[in-house]
Amino acid sequence: MLLNIRNLHVSIQEKEIVKGLDLSVNNGEVHAIMGPNGTGKSTLAMAIAGKGDYTITQGEIIYKGKTINNMPPEDRAREGIFLGFQYPVEIPGVSIINFMRTAINEHREYKGLPPISALDFMEKMEEKKKLVEIQSKLTNRSVNEGFSGGEKKKNEIFQMAMLEPTLSILDETDSGLDIDALRVVANGINKLRTKENAFVIITHYQRLLEYIVPDFVHVLYDGRIVKSGGKRLAFELEEKGYDWIKNEQTK
Amino acid sequence: MNSDKNNIIDEVTQGEYKYGFVTDIEMEMAPMGLNEDTIRFISKKKNEPDFLLEFRLKAFRYWKTMKMPRWAHLKIPEINFQDIIYYAAPKKKKELEGLDKVDPELLETFNKLGISLEEQKRMTGVAVDAIIDSVSVKTTFQDTLAKHDIIFCSFTEAVQNHPELVKKYLGTIVPYTDNYFAALNSAVFSDGSFCYIPKGVRCPIELSTYFRINAAKTGQFERSLIIAEERSYVSYMEGCTAPMRDENQMHAAIVEIIVLDDAEVKYSTVQNWYPGDKKGKGGIYNFVTKRGICKGKNSKISWTQVETGSAITWKYPGCILKGDNSVGEFNSVAVTNNFQQADTGSKMIHIGKNTKSTIISKGISAGHSNNSYRGLVKISKKAENSRNFSQCDSLLLGDKCGAHTFPNINVKNKSSVVEHEATTSKISDDQLFYCNQRGIDTESAIGLIVNGYAREVLKKLPMEFAVEAQKLLQISLEGSVG
Repeated sequence: MLLNIRNLHVSIQEKEIVKGLDLSVNNGEVHAIMGPNGTGKSTLAMAIAGKGDYTITQGEIIYKGKTINNMPPEDRAREGIFLGFQYPVEIPGVSIINFMRTAINEHREYKGLPPISALDFMEKMEEKKKLVEIQSKLTNRSVNEGFSGGEKKKNEIFQMAMLEPTLSILDETDSGLDIDALRVVANGINKLRTKENAFVIITHYQRLLEYIVPDFVHVLYDGRIVKSGGKRLAFELEEKGYDWIKNEQTK
Repeated sequence: MNSDKNNIIDEVTQGEYKYGFVTDIEMEMAPMGLNEDTIRFISKKKNEPDFLLEFRLKAFRYWKTMKMPRWAHLKIPEINFQDIIYYAAPKKKKELEGLDKVDPELLETFNKLGISLEEQKRMTGVAVDAIIDSVSVKTTFQDTLAKHDIIFCSFTEAVQNHPELVKKYLGTIVPYTDNYFAALNSAVFSDGSFCYIPKGVRCPIELSTYFRINAAKTGQFERSLIIAEERSYVSYMEGCTAPMRDENQMHAAIVEIIVLDDAEVKYSTVQNWYPGDKKGKGGIYNFVTKRGICKGKNSKISWTQVETGSAITWKYPGCILKGDNSVGEFNSVAVTNNFQQADTGSKMIHIGKNTKSTIISKGISAGHSNNSYRGLVKISKKAENSRNFSQCDSLLLGDKCGAHTFPNINVKNKSSVVEHEATTSKISDDQLFYCNQRGIDTESAIGLIVNGYAREVLKKLPMEFAVEAQKLLQISLEGSVG
């Protein structure tokens, strides 16, 4: 099992957001996590990635057989966990090229490998740029600075492609995308799917799942997974709306 | 790139000031204290003509009437000027008294600092004047420069070999009456670089001076003079370091630049004097007056500085834009960490028509430090159609440091345009986490973000300096977050 989350409780500033969540992800699987706003979807993503102000008060996140509750975020990244951010931040003056080369070299150093050669790096960039259909000049620009919503999300997928993670968590990568950008992002993800790596796709709408077919769909409500099923669950949700879940829960 | 990268990481994790060693060498010194005898001693040591001794004495008498300036946003402790040694020179060993022979001990010192004085081993394209305490020990590439009639030598040598040039220009841009430290420097200056580029000559190599304070209890008072004749060009760089000591040491320099018609001077500084320890003990007091005049039409001066060292920095490199269409530029990155204080900026004095100036200042404050930008943009009545653009950005790391901006703008005509932009920002937790999530640890992330922030200025530095400066920024901020 690649990721095994047991009875996870996460608080932000002493307010409990995730309240006893269980989730298992195997290599090669695509899981979709859906649910209304404010139910803990992003908190779950941040907790897996290890953001400091997200405190795990109970439970365990086990990744590749190891509990990573206390692992620094950079080591989680180097171990193959990637988070596609809902709101990617701007880093003025740092080009995507420089940013990615620094990141890749830190990953390589962690694995005891020498830094990537300039030539290999450029080749890899070209290959991955094609994959996510991003324009050449975008990578010369500063990270996310002045990017449109769509460009920011494509940049996340591009970085995912460059870093070749084992577990990718994509937090509302589809929000704010027009239909063309959505198709490009989804194609990128589909091309990166292998038997080895797994995806956890957090989304509000079923729209993205028309392009990326998930193996499992989970519904998150009030900090817990309250319903799990196959891809048909997503359609059902779309049809009945989240009120269906809410009503079921309050019964 | 491989070992380079590892070095950076090593340096960051160690984070010590790596130039803090002392060379044990026999020194010749002036008696401690400051009076007319001290000045006569220095002047005699340097075998100076009478006009120079007179200049020094006049400056000294003027200085005695002055008071330490207190207007800067700095806490400057009382300085006892009688407790400083004003002249210290490595003693020449007898057997080495040939012209080109340098004490191996000193060569080794500069090697340790990464400055090789042996020409064949140096990267091509940079001539170096190496100054330790009060004297220049060696100037490289003299022959290459002589072919172009370029004079690049220590100030002391210039006084001996080109007294007419020194007499003509010394103190014309920064008169000894200019300020307290300028008066002090004019009285006791010891050595510095002298550079003269004749008409129509584009200096084929970078010129640089490396300043090193070594002896304890001494002050360094260097004086440099750069003259660019019509249609000439030179790029000049200076670097500086000092040993780690518990007591503060004084550094008060003057740089004067004169640029004639259609000529250009680029002046770059990487200032890395010992900044003091993490508790604010020791460090160099750096009081510097740097000014250039664009005397001729279409002339240009650009100052680029990366200031990471010194306990206190007081420095406002400026341009007097006298020639019509002349251009002045100031690009600065100033980093303060721990208990460092910096009050730095620029003065742009527009006198000629259609003159243009640009000020880009990037302050980075960390720890308990204070970092101030102070600027003066003055556009005189005659300076029609002149322009200035100033941009002052401050970046704060942590919540115990301070950033301040003191711009002064004075425009005396209606056809000129002055723009001033200022921003203050912090490195956000979200930015750091974004980097962490890509596998970049916090220390490297700060380096990356700070270098990105300073990129606009760093890219103006000559290649030889740019890499050094980038590393320096990262090292200077080691341990500033977390």
